[in-house]
Amino acid sequence: MIGLEHYLLISAFLFVLSIAGIILNRRNLILMLMCIELMLLAVNFNFVAFSRYLGDEAGQVFVFFILTVAAAEAAIGLAILVVLFRNRRSINTHELNEMKG
Amino acid sequence: MLNYYLAIVLTPLAAAIIAGLFGKQIGRAGAHWLTILAVGTSCVLSMLVFKEMFWGGAMSENISLYTWAVTDGLKMEVGFLVDRLTALMMVVVTFVSLMVHIYTIGYMHDDPGYQRFFSYISLFTFAMLMLVMSNNFLQLFFGWEAVGLVSYLLIGFWFKRESAIFANLKAFLVNRVGDFGFILGIAGVVMFTGSLDYGTVFLSANDIAGQSIEVLPGSAWNAMTVICILLFIGAMGKSAQAPLHVWLPDSMEGPTPISALIHAATMVTAGIFMVARMSPLFELSETALAVVITIGAITAFFMGLLGIVQNDIKRVVAYSTLSQLGYMTVALGASAYSAAIFHLMTHAFFKALLFLAAGSVIIAMHHEQDIRKMGGLKKYMPITYWTALIGSLALIGFPGSSGFFSKDLLIEAVKDSHWHGQGAVYWIAYLSVLLGVFVTALYSFRMFFLVFHGEERMDAETKSHLHESPWVVTVPLILLAIPSAVIGWFTAGPVLFENYFQNAIVVAEGHDVLAHIGETFWHGSLALVMHIYVSPAFWLALAGALTAWYLYLRRPDIPEKVQSTFSGVNSLLERKYYFDDLYIKGFAAWGRGVGTFLWKRGDQQVIDGWLVNGTAQSIGKLAVVMRQLQTGYLYTYAFAMIIGLTVLLSWLIWFR
Repeated sequence: MIGLEHYLLISAFLFVLSIAGIILNRRNLILMLMCIELMLLAVNFNFVAFSRYLGDEAGQVFVFFILTVAAAEAAIGLAILVVLFRNRRSINTHELNEMKG
Repeated sequence: MLNYYLAIVLTPLAAAIIAGLFGKQIGRAGAHWLTILAVGTSCVLSMLVFKEMFWGGAMSENISLYTWAVTDGLKMEVGFLVDRLTALMMVVVTFVSLMVHIYTIGYMHDDPGYQRFFSYISLFTFAMLMLVMSNNFLQLFFGWEAVGLVSYLLIGFWFKRESAIFANLKAFLVNRVGDFGFILGIAGVVMFTGSLDYGTVFLSANDIAGQSIEVLPGSAWNAMTVICILLFIGAMGKSAQAPLHVWLPDSMEGPTPISALIHAATMVTAGIFMVARMSPLFELSETALAVVITIGAITAFFMGLLGIVQNDIKRVVAYSTLSQLGYMTVALGASAYSAAIFHLMTHAFFKALLFLAAGSVIIAMHHEQDIRKMGGLKKYMPITYWTALIGSLALIGFPGSSGFFSKDLLIEAVKDSHWHGQGAVYWIAYLSVLLGVFVTALYSFRMFFLVFHGEERMDAETKSHLHESPWVVTVPLILLAIPSAVIGWFTAGPVLFENYFQNAIVVAEGHDVLAHIGETFWHGSLALVMHIYVSPAFWLALAGALTAWYLYLRRPDIPEKVQSTFSGVNSLLERKYYFDDLYIKGFAAWGRGVGTFLWKRGDQQVIDGWLVNGTAQSIGKLAVVMRQLQTGYLYTYAFAMIIGLTVLLSWLIWFR
């Protein structure tokens, strides 16, 4: 029988995976964006699982909101990325360190 | 009469404001006409008030005009108390002021600060009138400070001169010492009576005298003694009594007209006037009177001695002023207040005359003030010569002159003040005023002979330009010479012996030396002049003048020999008893030392160094370390966020 804990485990696995993606990948900005999306999906997974478990539909409604916002965010993020690439001819995160103190 | 009083006070003020603020618009002639008309109006009205008082039978008036503030039952008012003492002072102040105004046209002829000068002296007249016409301590203090302010401004009138700036700061600082005592005295009066009004305070004077005050723990002093001595410290500052006299000789850095008006005739006598006004208080404390008479005696004699070694024409007259102020103070201490005020009046005339004559000489000499470079000016400047002679004779008390009546009777009063006992105080006072007469005659005629007689020691250039001063200078000299010569004849009797002051001056039962002299000694002015040969003061004055004649005209080599033989005494006198050294190297240096310490250590090191710059520097150093955290790499920030998230979550799970 597949219970709540299995969903939570998958969700946690996805979340940790995306964190590892951000930390370990030190090159590609697109990969980083994808990892963030994956993080949001992990959260969505939790929402849906708990919504089902507690019998409360509100959780699933939230998932739709998050998906919408994530889509918008991805669009903006990619747009910024394109502009950045046009300006600097690179999306290598190692070269994007002008905030260094 | 109120309208008169208001006009007397306010016209000089209005003229001062207009001449001061709109000097450019009204021009030089406009400034002097305006201020002279204003002070002239004041003078004429003052004389009318005086006439009403003396012949018209007008009573003294006490008018409170305006309540400025009431706090905790203490009323602060502006008002006039016009009695016979005030009327006399008003006439003296406005008359001398008018003469000085006219004289200034000649003296300051080419000065760029012409309008400013007229504005100041007009303002001074206003302040001095406020002082003498006041009916309460607060207004007295206002006038007191205002004349001090104008004095400061005028000593430093030529503000580009280093020495003038030094002198006006010195005058200001020394007066602060006196004023500190004065304001403490006023505070004492308020503490014991709860009122600033003269009338109320004088009525409750006996209550004050009955109480004691513990200034230092464990020593109870009579409250009246403390208050009177504090008030007298104020008078010592303003009237330049030893040891607060040091500012007056230096104040000669100012233009000569103000030396005549402020530093001889009026402002410096404010202290004398104040003590006379406070006679109901001073009469209740014999200790305070003993202090007054001792300080006065020391000033009268020792400051006179300094006049002998001075070579600057104005400084000789300045030391003579100090000495004469000492005489007045001695009279106050002997409870002969009328004699002090009488000497104040005659002194105002003849000393203003002497200063203006000195100024006339200075104009002729092209601002050379050293009497060693003068001589033989008699034939070039006849009017100045004769008026200066009258002034000098009045100063030494030549029989019949105004100074003779005031000084001779003053000395007689001191001699008669037996209620001080026959102790040290009495003898110090009596001997000082008596020997002071000889000294006065010596320095006066030393200056007179060196300036007007003997060989002509000036250079050829100056000599070719020597001529008598213009009429605006000589007319005030003549107008001042007249009262200097004759005013004693008909005022000595009424002022001193015929109860001129009525209730303006209160003298306690056993203290009334003047009444005693009136019964035993006084038989009219003529009799006094006729019996001059019994007065030791006359012979001393004669001896002094003859000594001056012998030493400085006959045998000029003797003074030089005396100087080199008694070089110790000579340098003591030339260094002015080392008072300046004591104050400048002692108190002032100490004050500057404390100031430098606070500046270097307190301000620069602690406040600037540690608190202000120190904070900024430590923040800066911290930031150098902290900014290493900002790597600029995105994953570092993401990692930091995740660490933070983990920490917050763990905290939520385990500690909530």
